[in-house]
Amino acid sequence: MQTLWFWIFWGMLASFVVFGGIDIGVGILHLIVGRNEAQRTQTIRSIHQVWKPNEVWLVAGGGVMFVAFPLLLATSLSGFYLAIMLVLWLLIGRGLGIELRGRIADPMWRQFWDVAFCVSSGLLAVCLGAALGNFVRGVPLDQTGVFFEPLWTDFRVRSDTGILDWFTVLVGVTAVVALAHHGALWLNAFTEGVVQERSARIARWLWMPLVVILILAATASSILQPQIRMNVAAHPWAIIFPLGAASALIASRVLMRNGRDLQAFIASGASLYAALVAAAFGLHPYVLPARNPALGLTAIAAAAPRESLQLALYWWIPGMLLVAGYFFYVYSKLPPKVSVAEEE
Amino acid sequence: MDFAALLHRRLFAFTVSFHYIFPQITMGLALLIFLMKSMALRGDETANRAVRFWTKILGVTFAMGVVTGIPMEFQFGTNWSRFSAAAGGVIGQTLAMEGTFAFFLEAAFLYFLLYGEKRLGQRGHWAASLLVFFGSWLSGYFIVCTNAWMQHPVGYEILPDHRIALTSLSALLTNRWALVQYSHVMVGTVITASFLAACVGSYHLLRNEHVAVARKCLSLGVIVGFIASAMAAVPTGDLVAKQVYKYQPVKFAAMEGHFHTEDGAAMVLIGQPDVETMTLDNPVKIPGLLSFLTHQRWTSRIVGLADFPPDQRPDLVAPLYFSYHIMAGLGTIFIAIMSLGLLNLWRGKLYRQRWMLWILMLAAPFPFIANTAGWMTAELGRQPWIIYNVMRTADGYSRHVSTGNVWFTMLGFMGLYLFLSFVYFFVMTRIIGAGPEPDPSHETDTDLELVLVGGRG
Repeated sequence: MQTLWFWIFWGMLASFVVFGGIDIGVGILHLIVGRNEAQRTQTIRSIHQVWKPNEVWLVAGGGVMFVAFPLLLATSLSGFYLAIMLVLWLLIGRGLGIELRGRIADPMWRQFWDVAFCVSSGLLAVCLGAALGNFVRGVPLDQTGVFFEPLWTDFRVRSDTGILDWFTVLVGVTAVVALAHHGALWLNAFTEGVVQERSARIARWLWMPLVVILILAATASSILQPQIRMNVAAHPWAIIFPLGAASALIASRVLMRNGRDLQAFIASGASLYAALVAAAFGLHPYVLPARNPALGLTAIAAAAPRESLQLALYWWIPGMLLVAGYFFYVYSKLPPKVSVAEEE
Repeated sequence: MDFAALLHRRLFAFTVSFHYIFPQITMGLALLIFLMKSMALRGDETANRAVRFWTKILGVTFAMGVVTGIPMEFQFGTNWSRFSAAAGGVIGQTLAMEGTFAFFLEAAFLYFLLYGEKRLGQRGHWAASLLVFFGSWLSGYFIVCTNAWMQHPVGYEILPDHRIALTSLSALLTNRWALVQYSHVMVGTVITASFLAACVGSYHLLRNEHVAVARKCLSLGVIVGFIASAMAAVPTGDLVAKQVYKYQPVKFAAMEGHFHTEDGAAMVLIGQPDVETMTLDNPVKIPGLLSFLTHQRWTSRIVGLADFPPDQRPDLVAPLYFSYHIMAGLGTIFIAIMSLGLLNLWRGKLYRQRWMLWILMLAAPFPFIANTAGWMTAELGRQPWIIYNVMRTADGYSRHVSTGNVWFTMLGFMGLYLFLSFVYFFVMTRIIGAGPEPDPSHETDTDLELVLVGGRG
């Protein structure tokens, strides 16, 4: 039961990265692909319909963490206190950027929210990557099962490390590159005109750096986290997850070259899913590994009482069927290509 | 209560009070927009213009509610980790259900309500307004349900390791506390939205602008506002008060300013509690009324605050007393204003009665105060418990998050929310100042024209 919820939880988070990654990636590129007000309106319009449901994956994933692994929620959110508060500010900045920008037709008003949206999206990607890096590297849990990380110490990976060290910064940069690539493929598939051409150029240009930095991050992860090596040694077949991520990434490149823009974007989403499943698999059975492996928090230890997990399954399954329906409806109603045109 | 616990409480209280400005507008407004869209579907074009106008306000307010709401959910983990670790298996259920059943629904269909009228057609647009209304009210239920479990825990058991396990999902979801509290809270949101509708309508009428839509907003605001204001007192307010008396007699005594046990207790209308001496300065009381309202007998006994052990009493009695009396006092004033408005609407004078329009325009901020004061009554009165009679607030906060970090984030949120208040106010004044878009059928918006087309709907 705990294992099932472990995968549900990671699945929800991965869905946030794949769906929410669209509008985060678009936000990172917002000031680059759109050089004037009309073009920036165009990029916002391409995500306006979907960004809210996308972001709900984060809230719903947080809800699943609360109901299934309350100890994980309590330990990690309070331990990452300052980073979480930063993330909240960034979520406020980009949400208001998207929603308020179009409310007043004034160039200064729009410039302000354009920059707010872009900067907070970029920093949010860094934070999400750094968060993943912390989970992979392990946190300084003590004997009583709590920890508190400052934002940074001396950037070395040690026992009393901060939220940002060289490894988590590396994963943070990886996240920025990966989501920018993801967002560029989205814009390439769902916009037309100059914005689409620029996005296509960026997606092509980012591909090689993305491959390099992914390899760096994956190598560093397996060096820093012994559990990954142990899991791979115990289940060699699991190598299909990183291989799957790699082949989906290659597929996105090939598909884009053949002009199949939508499929290229979907392949990028698949590679993100596979990469996150690979990370989750490497860390299992830990939901929060510790720098001292003996103190790590496992799924079983972090899980809610069995009755709670059982009862939650009764509503979660029909709930997700409804969610799938909403997503199908919202995405099927997307205009095929957003052009530089008048307001909504 | 130690200082750290108080600081964590203040952070939550501040951020949730600011947050609740927005959902009370959106939940109430979602109902009004649904009503207006239903009129529009029967051919009332003025109502349709009102829908287009109010969806702009709904969109901005909704965005504010979303971005200020996410910090609330995260604070359970960041600032209340010991509470979350113990009770997550129960309150995590309702919070996760809110995300799954309500947020996805609202997030998916709000866009279509705001921008999808042309694409979906009139019936589709009406359906979107229904789904947004349903989703936002469902969201409200899950939140109230979470709070109700903390006020009146049901369907749980405490395991040997002190964690709390849920034993019955249906008991959690049909907690009688939740049903009563929900009815009162939702009526409160409708009061806020209908006062807002009446305010904007009055403002435009006083300036003789956008007359047709303004009359529609004003009349709807007054009719719905009257019903909601009345329902806030009877039956919902009465039920909540009786429920508090039955299950939380300490809170009841403290919020009423009832210090000493009496047969035939008086109802305090005005007065300032002196908690040190357990007396009330400058009291204005109605003898026997408190006993009558709780027991339907003028002489029955009501236990006073002094007769409860000190470690069971709320720590902030004076703010609790004032928040309750401000809520109840404002609620009475709302009934008076809306009765007067309704009387004048019925007599056909409302649209020209400038003093009445001024009152309705200036009254709009007060429902926000009443709603916040109501929540403060519920939450201050719950102290010293975070889960009533199960877990103390002092045992719930994150002990390893230092007070310096809590101060840091609280000051940050105060600054950010001050900025957001300006932004919101600025955008609102622009939308309200611009008013609804002109009538597409080229009818001029004048009184004369309205008389001529008045029969249309």
